[in-house]
Amino acid sequence: MGTRMFSESAIERIEKEYKEWLQDYEKALQKLPERLERFSTVSDMEVKNLYTPLDIKNKDYMEDIGFPGCYPFTRGVQTTMYRARLWTMRMFAGLGTAEQTNERFHYLISHGETGLSVAFDFPTLMGYDTDSSLARGECGRCGVAIDTIEDMQRLFAGINLEEVTTSMTINPPASVIWAMYIANAENEGFSRKKLGGTIQNDCLKEFIAQKTLMLPPEPSIRLVVDTVEFGTKEVPRWNTISISGYHIREAGATAVQELAFTIYDGITYVEECIKRGLNVDDFAGRLSFFWNSHIDFFEEIAKMRAARRMWARIMKNRFKAQNPRSMMCRFHVQTAGCSLTAQEPYNNIIRTTTEALAAILGGCQSLHTNSLDEVYMIPSEFAVKIALRTQQILAYEVGVANVIDPLAGSYYVEALTDRMEEEANEYIRKLDEMGGMVAAIEKNYPQMEIADSAYRFQQQIERGEKVVIGINMFPSEIPPLEVLKIDPEIERLQIERLHKFKERRNKVKLQKALDELRRRCEGKPCWENNVMPALIEAVKAGATEQECCDVYREVFGTYTDPASF
Amino acid sequence: MANERKLRILVAKPGLDGHDRGARVIARALRDAGFEVIYTGCHQTPEQIVQTALQEDVDMIGLSILSGAHNYSFPRIMELLKENNAEDIVVVGGGIFPLEDIPKLKAIGIREIFTPGSKLDDIIKWVRENVKPRKAAA
Amino acid sequence: MEIVEQVLRGDVRAVARLLRDIDDQVPSTRSILKELYPYTGKAYVVGFTGPPGAGKSTLVDQITAYYRRIGKTVAIIAIDPTSPFSGGAILGDRIRMQRHFLDKDVFIRSVATRGHFGGLTKSTHDMITVFDAMGKDIIIVETVGVGQGEVEIADCAHTTIVVSVPGLGDDIQAIKAGIMEIGNIFVVNKADREGAKKTVQELRTILDMGRRFRMDIGEMDDWEPPIVETQAHKGIGIDELCDAIERHKAYLTAQKPEQFRKVMLKRTLHQFSETLRDELFKEMVRRIERRGDTLESIAERIFQKELDPYSVSRQLIKEEFISHEQ
Ligand SMILES: Nc1nc2c(ncn2[C@@H]2O[C@H](COP(=O)(O)OP(=O)(O)OP(=O)(O)O)[C@@H](O)[C@H]2O)c(=O)[nH]1
Ligand SMILES: [Mg+2]
Repeated sequence: MGTRMFSESAIERIEKEYKEWLQDYEKALQKLPERLERFSTVSDMEVKNLYTPLDIKNKDYMEDIGFPGCYPFTRGVQTTMYRARLWTMRMFAGLGTAEQTNERFHYLISHGETGLSVAFDFPTLMGYDTDSSLARGECGRCGVAIDTIEDMQRLFAGINLEEVTTSMTINPPASVIWAMYIANAENEGFSRKKLGGTIQNDCLKEFIAQKTLMLPPEPSIRLVVDTVEFGTKEVPRWNTISISGYHIREAGATAVQELAFTIYDGITYVEECIKRGLNVDDFAGRLSFFWNSHIDFFEEIAKMRAARRMWARIMKNRFKAQNPRSMMCRFHVQTAGCSLTAQEPYNNIIRTTTEALAAILGGCQSLHTNSLDEVYMIPSEFAVKIALRTQQILAYEVGVANVIDPLAGSYYVEALTDRMEEEANEYIRKLDEMGGMVAAIEKNYPQMEIADSAYRFQQQIERGEKVVIGINMFPSEIPPLEVLKIDPEIERLQIERLHKFKERRNKVKLQKALDELRRRCEGKPCWENNVMPALIEAVKAGATEQECCDVYREVFGTYTDPASF
Repeated sequence: MANERKLRILVAKPGLDGHDRGARVIARALRDAGFEVIYTGCHQTPEQIVQTALQEDVDMIGLSILSGAHNYSFPRIMELLKENNAEDIVVVGGGIFPLEDIPKLKAIGIREIFTPGSKLDDIIKWVRENVKPRKAAA
Repeated sequence: MEIVEQVLRGDVRAVARLLRDIDDQVPSTRSILKELYPYTGKAYVVGFTGPPGAGKSTLVDQITAYYRRIGKTVAIIAIDPTSPFSGGAILGDRIRMQRHFLDKDVFIRSVATRGHFGGLTKSTHDMITVFDAMGKDIIIVETVGVGQGEVEIADCAHTTIVVSVPGLGDDIQAIKAGIMEIGNIFVVNKADREGAKKTVQELRTILDMGRRFRMDIGEMDDWEPPIVETQAHKGIGIDELCDAIERHKAYLTAQKPEQFRKVMLKRTLHQFSETLRDELFKEMVRRIERRGDTLESIAERIFQKELDPYSVSRQLIKEEFISHEQ
């Protein structure tokens, strides 16, 4: 017995009335034509003037929408959603030295932040120590510089790591940084079984979009699977991959592309973990997602709802997961950095507010709101506080968190949700045909799709078909804005202290630990050679981030982006 | 009947940030404006950028950077161009720059800085007006 | 000429500028090339051709590393297509060759086809001349990968390498047409992919067929093109490829001097005919203009069916070149 939402007779009647209404509409247009030749979302998906039950007449409530906390999770992954617990307000933070970032963490916690999120500087993100010649001028600029376990200690000084959860945005060197986190926590007397948090650890989207590249695709995936395997057994509260659409979107993808490529990345990781011999229900519950919340309000809500339904269906049907938790697309959201403008930066507060609202109505588990000055630099304390307050106002004043999935049943939102899923499934079919994501990346397929969208969007901006206030409508100059300065002097200090640290180490013990790491990297089969235990020993013995990554680079080779056009 | 001389432009990203959306959009726009673009992508050191510019005989170098490391890489590139007697190559920057850095960058010879929100058409127009293909040998 | 001195000395900036002028067909380069010509003939030219994305640039990078290890100097001419719509181009082959950017003994030059078909550019031969005179030991040419019979490369390379990849299916068919004849070495790159063995077999079959055919018509040489499997991005199979190049070189230079002569002669003939064609054409255009006419206006009259292209060409040649001389 299905659970269709409209009777056939109701649909018939509505259809008839709708046609009449359309005629009225046409007539009315003769007096005053439409504002635009074509109405479309920011992703250029064309939308109609009106949505009605006709657009969702074939939907089955239980099958397609259902209840919160129940398959297919369209309405949310938790039964109680924000009525029991609000989303985690997690502000991405990292600047200068470990001490400076630690100070920022304490500042945010004291203002009501409920989870930590670490931004690393570019050398750390690429697996280089601050003293590398490639790192000149980068130290502490776009995040915190972490070279050693001692830096890690400074970063989390005075923070209870069993209580607070930490998200770390780190990709190719994720295993190394995670090992440092675990090793430091243990040194501080915390148990690895009780550590909670996330490492981004999503190498596929780096090839597709963000281009933080270190190793070729295959060994990159192997390391990801090592962390999933280790986490499943040893650090059970940790989310070992945050499968990220955020960067794909920032690189210029449409909402559908973000959805499809990210879900497909998820499929790839699940396949690889199963190949490793893991049971899908043992690890899938610890996979999490990371979406972008862009400026087109309804499109984003629909995307997030579609993501939940797609992932649930894929986990159930494609991977035969049994445990409902394995089917849940739990996700973090960040508002869209690329939607912000350097012109009239205070307008960014409004953009971010709208995007945050979409994330909340989309049912996110945690949220970062961008600061108004993030187009320029790492946010100042002043700006980051407004961004945090934005979330708090939405949470406590506006009332949107009082009712679960309040937009369900909106003809437009449901129809758009369906359309997202359909179009994303089209991409998924195509990627299957191409032999999977790695093969597609080698053919440059997702990269080209995204580059095409980015170029198209830019041209639409130039032609005025898409509007950005302050840029192509009411254009305005970039004003001088007080931005946070990173003292170039810290680079020298960080190098100095790194060198001192290196001198103090027990060279024999260090070498032994690095040799063991290398042995495991080279060792076959890889399921008997998980790198994680060796990494934890190595960083405890004082191995720096780069020293561990150099072992990777030597064993696995390096990779540069094909960059076709 | 010599061919019309085409502008040759190097588009490169110094530093470690991999956000190449802007660089790629610009590279395409320059191609679509009829220029020959040498694209070397992300993670280029100043030394690599200058060697490429010399071997490829470019008229202009477009540097895209978002990481904030321009205060190291830009001056170094200018210095290397000077050492190689190649100051005639026009260097421009695109990306995120604190406003007070812009005059400093111009003072070391960066000809123009394009900040977020610059229109492709304006950039192309600027290039057409300010960068001329090097004169052919007589 | 100062520029000649500079090229012979290996002055990077001077060479780079000369290459630009050559690519732009600046008339004065003719006399420079003439001066450089006596200094050429020492370099060994290796050409890579194959469909887009096959891994040509990656292979070029790898064999460049090999030649550098044994102390040879290298020049690379990397060709990418010009957009037919805008006349612009994005030249991206270099990305794969980054580790050589700072090596003073590797000179990489990216060039756009500018409407030339056949895999090379109009300027490729002359660029080889410059690099040869500059003293580069090895000159590697990467043709534009559009996969439509880029056969010109065989007229300028001593060793022509045809790159294919597994799983392209139809591309084997495409390779058959024309390209099979020009390969001295065949590479099946991306051998890590499924179907590599099958691609090798198919290639083998096609090559054997071609061989039998040439034997029948008595055009047989005794170089049997090897097929090398590579994984360029990992450096696997590169030693074998380099070994194959060395063997082909030895075959040409030592074992088969007459074969080598044939190749060199073919190259010279090609370069000469290209130049001659070009010069003649330019001369004719000049003369037409001297008559106060233009190519465009003649084309207009042809279009209006007042003239036809065949008679008008013959007529012009007769009037300008033949009857004048008499
Ligand atoms: N799996 C695999 N990928 C490879 C191999 N060799 C090269 N690649 C990848 O294939 C892609 C294309 O390589 P290129 O060397 O740019 O190919 P190309 O033939 O020069 O391409 P065009 O110049 O665009 O025609 C890159 O992503 C390389 O990393 C290989 O042996 N195996
Ligand atoms: Mg190439």
